[in-house]
Amino acid sequence: MAHSDTDVDHTAHGQSMGLLRVLGPAHVWALGVGIVLVGEYMGWNFAVGKGGAYAALIACWFAGILYSCVAMIDSEVTSTVAAAGGQYTQAKHIIGPLMAFNVGLYLVFAYTMLEAGNAITLGFLVDTVAGMTGHEGGLDQRPFIVLAIMFLAWLNYRGVLATLTFNLVITAIAFVAIITIFLATSPLLGAGEMLHKDLMSGQASLPYGWLGILAAMHFGLWYYLGIEGTTQAAEEVRSPARSLPFGTLAGIMTLLIAATLTWYVCSGLMPWEYLGDGVNGAVAPLFSAAQISGSSALVWLLGIGTLFATLASANGCINDASRAWFSMGRDHYLPAWFGAVHPVYRTPYRAIIFLVPIALIFALGAPLDQVITFSILSGLLGYTFMPINMIMFRKKWPLDTIKRGYEHPLHPLPAISLMALCSVTYFAVFLGYGTQLIAMIGFYIVVSLWFHFWRYRFVKRADQFTMPWPRPRGY
Amino acid sequence: MDTWNYIEYGAWGLSALFGLLILIDWIKIDTTYSEEMLTSSREGVLEAMTEKHRLEGSDGTL
Repeated sequence: MAHSDTDVDHTAHGQSMGLLRVLGPAHVWALGVGIVLVGEYMGWNFAVGKGGAYAALIACWFAGILYSCVAMIDSEVTSTVAAAGGQYTQAKHIIGPLMAFNVGLYLVFAYTMLEAGNAITLGFLVDTVAGMTGHEGGLDQRPFIVLAIMFLAWLNYRGVLATLTFNLVITAIAFVAIITIFLATSPLLGAGEMLHKDLMSGQASLPYGWLGILAAMHFGLWYYLGIEGTTQAAEEVRSPARSLPFGTLAGIMTLLIAATLTWYVCSGLMPWEYLGDGVNGAVAPLFSAAQISGSSALVWLLGIGTLFATLASANGCINDASRAWFSMGRDHYLPAWFGAVHPVYRTPYRAIIFLVPIALIFALGAPLDQVITFSILSGLLGYTFMPINMIMFRKKWPLDTIKRGYEHPLHPLPAISLMALCSVTYFAVFLGYGTQLIAMIGFYIVVSLWFHFWRYRFVKRADQFTMPWPRPRGY
Repeated sequence: MDTWNYIEYGAWGLSALFGLLILIDWIKIDTTYSEEMLTSSREGVLEAMTEKHRLEGSDGTL
């Protein structure tokens, strides 16, 4: 490859070899939406089980507000921090090393656990297809789980452009499948098979009252969890100030549309008791909706959409987790060995390799609900950091002191809204998964002590701040 | 044994192949290039070349 010789020479003369800047806004969109869209295909419907269809819709829109705040805040900050690591790098520059270390771990755990969850789901999907084609006795899902992780790790290892172009294609197909089933089943173009009025009246409207809405908030995150991952591409996009805000905001708009259409189609075709049971009822609700429609073309399309959405999510998770791990290695927050860049493919290859066995252990040895809960809780801790980060960013570097690719409106309203919605979600999570929440916070406290009292002595304090930023106000 | 059992073996085989491809390349790269070069990436280097942020009335940077 042409890059390698040039890079070797540059390095010999004292210049550094970094990641490759080859991505555009469409790749950023594919990274963000790709990670999330699987949540529309499965998982979100647990919110229906918690509080009925209306509760799931309210949770969908409240979580939509939360994630719109996340997308706006991320777009502004990341358009100025054009470096891999996303929120980890933001925390390092704006708050401090201990916060950065924690945020880095939140990111790595959230994405690696989600990758493992996606691989488990993929194994289940292949098993389902085998059953539908007449295979008896069940399939050994392990080879398909391992294959998904190994293939996507290899793709990520070989280069970011191919990885995210692949994500762009499969994510677009999965999104088009949602639009197609909406058009085919709604009164707009299709036969108008929707039964919202019958399925959502009387006791079925809010079966558990207002408490059900609160409980549904936990799974409302599912519609959008991972959109913040677009920031990890900051060091590999050609124009960070333009591509990152454009890709991220287009991504959240796509997801708001996809989430609402998904709710509309599924809640109009299935009773809430069936739809809300994601284990014994509607495991993959959009696929179930396609089966109810009676169209074999829709069944095929939504089957492929489910498979592609799962693959796209795992692929984006490998990309994001490895960038966060790589950045922490580069700054010596972890051993510097992880901060290596492949001289030919220009990827953080050691970070990618290191996370493969971790994903495999969780995918093959842990139950899906525990894996996903760990991912959601890590993500939620990350979202709690964002409003603090944003308020400090605007205070230390007001609008007239640093050039931004995007300035989000109504500051500090989005930050305050995000903090308030995070608090509500913590309460909702505590209702269902209190033990896991406390255990995980305990884990992060222990690793923070390790970082503070041991690891931080290895960090070269001046080297970690290489951005050409002005001094913060009041410095 | 039906087709799905063969597909299972195929999936194991492909998994091993992708793992092997990564492993061989990893060993090749780590033995060909110096550690100094492989870990020479620095945050914000390109950004420093293309964009300049300045404080009003000051040119101080971090």
